[in-house]
Amino acid sequence: MSSPLLTATATGDGIELRPVGSWTAAHVKSLEALSDGVAAELDRSRSVKLDLAGLSELDTLGAWLIEKLSRRVLAAGHRADVTGIADDYAGLIEEMHQVNRHSSAPIATPNPVLARLGDLGRSASNATEDVAVFLQMLGSLFLVLVGMLRRPRSLRITSLVYQLYKVGWQAIPIMVLITFLIGAIIAQQGFFHFRRFGAESYTVDMVGILVLRELGVLIVAIMVAGRSGSAYTAELGSMKMREEIDALLTMGLDPVEVLILPRVVALVIALPILSFIGSVAALYGGGLIAQFYGDMGPPIYIARLHEAISVTHFEVGIIKAPFMALVIGVVACSEGLRVKGSAESLGRQTTTSVVKSIFLVIVLDGLFAVFFASIGM
Amino acid sequence: MMPEEAQQFAIRVHDLVVGFGRQVVLDHLSLDVRKGEILGLVGASGGGKSVLMRTIIGLIPRQSGEIEVMCRPISGALDRGTQPAAGSWGILFQQGALFSSLTVRQNVQFPLRENLVLSQALVDEIATAKLEMVGLTQPDGDKFPSELSGGMTKRVALARALALDPAIVFLDEPTSGLDPIAAGEFDALIKTLQQTLGLTVFMVTHDLASLNTVCDRVAALADGKIVAIGSMRDLLQSEHPWVRAYFHGKRSQMLQPKAS
Repeated sequence: MSSPLLTATATGDGIELRPVGSWTAAHVKSLEALSDGVAAELDRSRSVKLDLAGLSELDTLGAWLIEKLSRRVLAAGHRADVTGIADDYAGLIEEMHQVNRHSSAPIATPNPVLARLGDLGRSASNATEDVAVFLQMLGSLFLVLVGMLRRPRSLRITSLVYQLYKVGWQAIPIMVLITFLIGAIIAQQGFFHFRRFGAESYTVDMVGILVLRELGVLIVAIMVAGRSGSAYTAELGSMKMREEIDALLTMGLDPVEVLILPRVVALVIALPILSFIGSVAALYGGGLIAQFYGDMGPPIYIARLHEAISVTHFEVGIIKAPFMALVIGVVACSEGLRVKGSAESLGRQTTTSVVKSIFLVIVLDGLFAVFFASIGM
Repeated sequence: MMPEEAQQFAIRVHDLVVGFGRQVVLDHLSLDVRKGEILGLVGASGGGKSVLMRTIIGLIPRQSGEIEVMCRPISGALDRGTQPAAGSWGILFQQGALFSSLTVRQNVQFPLRENLVLSQALVDEIATAKLEMVGLTQPDGDKFPSELSGGMTKRVALARALALDPAIVFLDEPTSGLDPIAAGEFDALIKTLQQTLGLTVFMVTHDLASLNTVCDRVAALADGKIVAIGSMRDLLQSEHPWVRAYFHGKRSQMLQPKAS
């Protein structure tokens, strides 16, 4: 492992170069400096002799640097003779002689204005594609569902129950915890602020209406989008990557029927149940705060709640749940099927799935609010 | 053992025991690989060939035994950063294990960039040189791994394994899934590269043709031990029942044209 050297001796109108020592990747820094150092002299000399007899070690990198020296001379139209090649290195030097012959096509730098316009156009076309993909998935789900009504036995009960267990039953503890805390926080804020003008008892109205109409279902839907929607996208995406979806297709099975319908139906069943449980937990959290922070005992809290809320409030909340579930399921599954071959694309589609479904859930909630207001519910 | 004698071995495995739970996969196995040779490892499917390879490179913890690669002991720990031999080997995984979010060229440049301080121009040239050495062209460099055929994936993986001019390359079934022509080309490529770069090659394979054409020695793994090792000729004459079944079985007979 001797450090590399490059000696240059002038011979008449030419120059003789002797690379000595280890021309390997370990010494790459000094090697690059050495070969750059003789560049000026090389360009001046008519003929160049390269004597490789002094090399003690050589790898691809060193051989390539030597090849580059001789190419530089040849490109200038001068003579280059390479001598003293040891048998061990002959193959490598010959190999290096063959490579990097084709200059890579220069990458054209596009006009920045045009590139910006191009990006804009591409994102517009992607947005329309997103809508198309969503509608396509909705349509094929509907078709499969209609087919299922004709042949009820093609419904995959086992898969449906398993998905229900995963997105419904297993989600209960975390949903209860989160909605309980949300209910408690709203009640605490209500008592704190309403106390100033002696309207504490209206806190119960606020908690009851807010939880039943909006927050119960919205919080649960957002949690489900993050918890189960992302899982759907990742599952279907990795199935796509491992050609499992293609395998299903070639067996004459419809992936929408086998994989997607049970998942979406499970969500549509589970989300209303979870929102109901979540709303109850939130009301319970509000009740606990009422007792320990607002000095309002359970009988009064329940009586106030009874006056403040009606079945209509509950209906307004729970009617939204299956639609939100449908949106989450369709977005999650269609994003899963859009995964390409790379790990990066799996991550990107999972992120897209969660962001898009939360966005759509909130937009849907707004539309429902307008709708219920106009029909007077 | 004398130090000079130890010097001539690239890989030394002594009394290695590897198992999962109560199942013993490698049972007091010893194997030496000489510097500069191509060693083929054969064995039954599920018989521990890949386990042996992965244990040597430190991916699977061992229960007992010593492993040395280029005279440096391999620790059983899985901390990749501390593995002393990582710079001196290249590994071709069975499925290629290319980084799917990098292009072919970036995949080959990755080890160069991580381990050496090079100018960008030199990184590009060396990467292109490696790709051309394994028979890929300039436009292939900009493709992503998901756009490659099986044969091209193996070539790129080999180029990446060779990026740092390792002393040893480990090949896990390099010709599986390739057609006989592509497999033959790949064998020739390995042989050429081994001669030009002076590589030691440790190759797990089932391909009788590549065993016959490229391997200097063949080791047979059965019952968790190396039951026979030597040239192809030696193995064909081996008396061990599994080795006989492997090389004289129905499938290997099929390679001979039928006498009419």
